[in-house]
Amino acid sequence: MTTIPARVERRLAPRHTAYVVLGGVVGALAAPVVWTLASLATGLLVVVVGVAFVGLLLLVSEGLSRWHRARAAALLGVVVDPPTAPVEPGWRGWLGRLGRATTWRQLAYHAFVGPTLLAASAAVVASCWGGGLVLVSSPLWSRVSPEVLALPGGLLQGVGRIWVATAVGFGLLVLAPRVARGLAALDVAVLRPMLGETRGEQLSPRVTALEQTRAGVIDAADAERRRIERDLHDGAQQRLTSLALNLGMARSAMSPDAPTETRRAIEEAHDEAKQALAELRGFVRGLHPAVLDERGLDAALSGIVARAPVPTSLHVLLARRPPRTLEAVAYFVVSEALTNVAKHSGATRAAVRVTSDADRLVVEVSDDGQGGATTGAGSGLTGLTNRVASVDGTLTVTSPVGGPTVLRAEMPCGS
Amino acid sequence: MRVVIAEDSILLRDGLIRLLAANGIEVVDAVGDAEAALAAVERHRPDLALLDVRMPPSHTDEGLRAALVIRAQWPEVALLILSQYVEERYAADLLASTTSAVGYLLKDRIADVDEFVDSLRRVADGGTALDPEVVAQLLLRRDKSPLQRLTDRERETLSLMAEGRSNTGIARALHVSESAIAKHVNAIFTKLDMPTTAGDHRRVLAVLQYLSE
Repeated sequence: MTTIPARVERRLAPRHTAYVVLGGVVGALAAPVVWTLASLATGLLVVVVGVAFVGLLLLVSEGLSRWHRARAAALLGVVVDPPTAPVEPGWRGWLGRLGRATTWRQLAYHAFVGPTLLAASAAVVASCWGGGLVLVSSPLWSRVSPEVLALPGGLLQGVGRIWVATAVGFGLLVLAPRVARGLAALDVAVLRPMLGETRGEQLSPRVTALEQTRAGVIDAADAERRRIERDLHDGAQQRLTSLALNLGMARSAMSPDAPTETRRAIEEAHDEAKQALAELRGFVRGLHPAVLDERGLDAALSGIVARAPVPTSLHVLLARRPPRTLEAVAYFVVSEALTNVAKHSGATRAAVRVTSDADRLVVEVSDDGQGGATTGAGSGLTGLTNRVASVDGTLTVTSPVGGPTVLRAEMPCGS
Repeated sequence: MRVVIAEDSILLRDGLIRLLAANGIEVVDAVGDAEAALAAVERHRPDLALLDVRMPPSHTDEGLRAALVIRAQWPEVALLILSQYVEERYAADLLASTTSAVGYLLKDRIADVDEFVDSLRRVADGGTALDPEVVAQLLLRRDKSPLQRLTDRERETLSLMAEGRSNTGIARALHVSESAIAKHVNAIFTKLDMPTTAGDHRRVLAVLQYLSE
């Protein structure tokens, strides 16, 4: 319970008191109704009439829940959102309600919490206020009708005792706002999860939404990669090929007695154009080759594996074709890993293995190089880790100093 | 020689027309997609069809599929496939249906104009022209095969053989004598359990059949 200034507590006391007392009265009165409807519903379920009582029970329960939530909102300013899971219209909706945990939590609140916690809280708060008022005013009572004071067990006999009673009464009145606030808070703590949504229920639609938007982002990135590949293929690559062809024709047609500078310029331009073409081809092939969509991972991988500077073997064993998104990630993993092998490992041999079982796709790239690779150093492996994580996969790298290095990506492919 | 060209990039198509014309090769038709290529081949019955793999409408393997149709319907037309990247799977498709008068080259190779024209003529004459990258990719799949018994030099020789080169050509490429190459070739045939037969052409066919089996 948070500490709040006594002044504020006193000012809010009527609201807390009303909250607890109203809750207790309605809770106690509603429980017998709920119990009766529940026993009628279960008892008569074999006869079809029971179904009507089930419906009535649910209606009453939802109505009570609405009233309790309104009580919290109006008196405490505590807003408890009703469960938001969609309910279909018609009998399917009613069946759906029975299958939801929130329906049963609401019933439990009305059947058990109402007659116990709520009723008891109301009794305690009412006693504090009532008892306090009676005892504080005991000097008054003693004058009007001394025998009234004999009622609480004859404890308060004599004038000295009257002042003790007044003091106790005063204490009760001072205590009452705090008790009301405490019991109100206790009820809210119980009410919020039982009549509203639990944290998990609140988060689950958010998780679903995030999963969808993330999938959308990944797909968009893949589409972008395809578009860039296509643009480069249709644009820069064709233009560069044409340039290299023209320079090749010029070189071939050049007369033997052309000036040396001219000859050298054309020869170098031709070689540079071819080199640029090869580099661009390597880059574009790493993006998202058309053959990946069309023929799958095995076909697409042979292109980059065969071109790898380090002699590399390739084994692809897939029971069925993985989803396109996973294929793209697996392709990227192999492409990046082979680039790293060529750049950093000093390996003489490498191996690529792609396998799958019922629920995951496993990509393994190993080399016999010097090892010592870590996921922290070098942006290449960090990028790989992120890309694999984007499909809920994990990337592990075992690379003891001296080698060998094994990079392993495991991606779930249940959907 | 009469040639039909199918290439969707206008720039490159014009370049190819000029290149072939400069080398005395007649381009009877130049089109931009696979369907038009089939129509042009049917109309002109050229000696050779020069096809880009990736063409409209889907920009995947239209040219390759057109090549397979041409080979089935007009087997006398030689086929030279060009592609921005070579794909082993496409090569396997192509070589499964035929191993003569067929070529599959990276587009980059047309920049080396004389070699390219040589390859084109070789294919038109019933020979083969496979890009070194195609050969490398095909060899990738054979690592559990008798090819593992080959030495590096023999493997290189085999690659060059598969590209369609003669012993002289291989000797020049590897900077060794022709007799050394002849020795490598014999060793290859022995290790691959192939009867030695005369002639470059049958030799290449044997290699290709082995690669595409």
